[in-house]
Amino acid sequence: MAEVSLQGVHKLFGSVTAVEDFNLSIGSSEFVVFVGPSGCGKSTTLRMLAGLEDVSSGVISIDGKPVNNVHPKDRDIAMVFQNYALYPHLNVFDNISFGLRAKRLPKDEITTRTNEAADILGLDELLKRRPGELSGGQKQRVAMGRAIVRKPKVFLFDEPLSNLDAKLRHKMRAEMKLLHQRVQTTTVYVTHDQVEAMTLADRIVIMNLGRIEQVGTPDEVYKHPASQFVASFIGSPAMNFATGTITGTGSKAALKTDSGEGISLAGCDIAEGRRIQLGFRPEHMMLAKAAKPASGHISIGAHITVIEPMGHETVLTCDAGFGEIVGKYEGEDRFTPGDAANFHIRADRLHYFDLDTGLRI
Amino acid sequence: MSDVNATMARLERARPGKVILWTLLFLGGVVMITPIVFMAATSFKTGQEVFELSIIPDRPTLENYLFILQESKFMRWMLNSLWVATFSTASVLFFDSLVGYTLAKFDFRGRQIVFIAILSTLMIPTEMLIIPWYMMSRSFGWIDTYWGIAFPGLMTGFGTFLMRQFFMSLPDELIEAARIDGWSEFAIWWRIAMPLVIPALSALAIFHFLGNWTAFIWPLIVTNDPDIYTIPVGIASFNGEFQMDWEIVMTASCLATLPTLLVFLLLQKFIIRGIMLAGLKG
Repeated sequence: MAEVSLQGVHKLFGSVTAVEDFNLSIGSSEFVVFVGPSGCGKSTTLRMLAGLEDVSSGVISIDGKPVNNVHPKDRDIAMVFQNYALYPHLNVFDNISFGLRAKRLPKDEITTRTNEAADILGLDELLKRRPGELSGGQKQRVAMGRAIVRKPKVFLFDEPLSNLDAKLRHKMRAEMKLLHQRVQTTTVYVTHDQVEAMTLADRIVIMNLGRIEQVGTPDEVYKHPASQFVASFIGSPAMNFATGTITGTGSKAALKTDSGEGISLAGCDIAEGRRIQLGFRPEHMMLAKAAKPASGHISIGAHITVIEPMGHETVLTCDAGFGEIVGKYEGEDRFTPGDAANFHIRADRLHYFDLDTGLRI
Repeated sequence: MSDVNATMARLERARPGKVILWTLLFLGGVVMITPIVFMAATSFKTGQEVFELSIIPDRPTLENYLFILQESKFMRWMLNSLWVATFSTASVLFFDSLVGYTLAKFDFRGRQIVFIAILSTLMIPTEMLIIPWYMMSRSFGWIDTYWGIAFPGLMTGFGTFLMRQFFMSLPDELIEAARIDGWSEFAIWWRIAMPLVIPALSALAIFHFLGNWTAFIWPLIVTNDPDIYTIPVGIASFNGEFQMDWEIVMTASCLATLPTLLVFLLLQKFIIRGIMLAGLKG
């Protein structure tokens, strides 16, 4: 267990900035997830932390000691790679114990620790097999075994579940969480899957274009996204947005969308004339019979274009005039494409973002 | 019934294109095998019979073999060839793969220039290098030494290129994982990278070993002492000034071919794969 800190970290590849002014302190035993779209710099940051990439400027510290110039093997970290990086010519036992042999530990200790790790991950029966004879989930477990057997200060995971199918991914996610609860090692986990980020993280770091957009608990980034980017990235289906200009004030405040629709935002205190993006999540949209909303709610009318029954709920894609919006409901109502639908949304569940900066208002 | 069906299916598959292909391959085989058959046949003939085109000798004899094994330095030459080819092959496997790995997996200034420089050595014909090699050998006192025979082949541009191509196909993550696991760069090369390119190493070993086993010009030039001769030079030494004992030459050639045949039979799978790989990667 160790604290990890990244202060003013920059990474340049030639003239291209991959990571810019990255500042983060990770507490001991904390599970931090870097999430963001492809090319946002999350894996590069992880690789700098691992020592696999040089830091262009800034300081990375593990347990208070700067490690910028420390070789990966001397950082006391373990990393699980996207493609598992299992050594194909070694069996599971040798794969897991490979790092211990590098440390020239006594043979007995290597055997004990390897068996211990195999036991934790349910690999006892597979120790003699080679990676080629394992399923995706088993390979994943071996990769994790290789990491935990070394009892490192920090675990680094680089999209470890992205090669698994949805069902297995869900299972491994739970196993990972269980593992962390058990070993309590400081963990940095990179993914582009916001569901993984939300379910695993103590804190999420959302990155975009090499910069941190927001750092917060899953609850914070979901309920109070710091920017329009975060709002659109976290949540599934993604948040809906309406772009327009604020008109009126107080009880007469409204959003006049760029396509001409008016959405009443009574009580909204954003200055008249300001260009904003109004955001609302599909799960907060309630189907309503009447167009007029109850007090403290806003109403959005739309025409249903696509209906996707999911079993426990139905996802509706609609044309709201100002753009496409997605809503969902769990009721018994039956719709057909082309039907009109009214959605009511509680005003305190609305999110406002400045159109120019993208920041939360 | 199923046999009949299988035969029918086979006949159906024998399209005209395939028949032509098989015929060409058969003719090619005949062209390549005929000299070997004559070589083997001649080795059992007496001097008078050598120029008769019969495959089965009128009076088969083992005298040529007895002469070679008992009265020439043939076994010594075999050992010389074995030693030079083995040493040279071991060296090539070590150095070519080490350099190939470095060129494939390490990013350093001038990497491309070094690679092109190594690659460009492939374009220099051996005949052009013989004079500088000889001058070096004379200066360093390597004439009539095993080292003198072996040194030009201790590292090759082709081997470096072949190994580089193979190492490039190894995922970087394996190397990075080993790096994080705490192994030194040399240990990573030896324990992780090398075992994963065994097919390429086998191909390189076979090519290089056979190339050295049959090498003639350079061993001929760098050796004067019959005790240091390699097999091809030794065989050539059966040439008299005024006559050629073909039956002796053919017998020695037969014996010299045996180890290579053995290597081929044992490593047939690797040789074919090696040729395919060299074709694909090269």
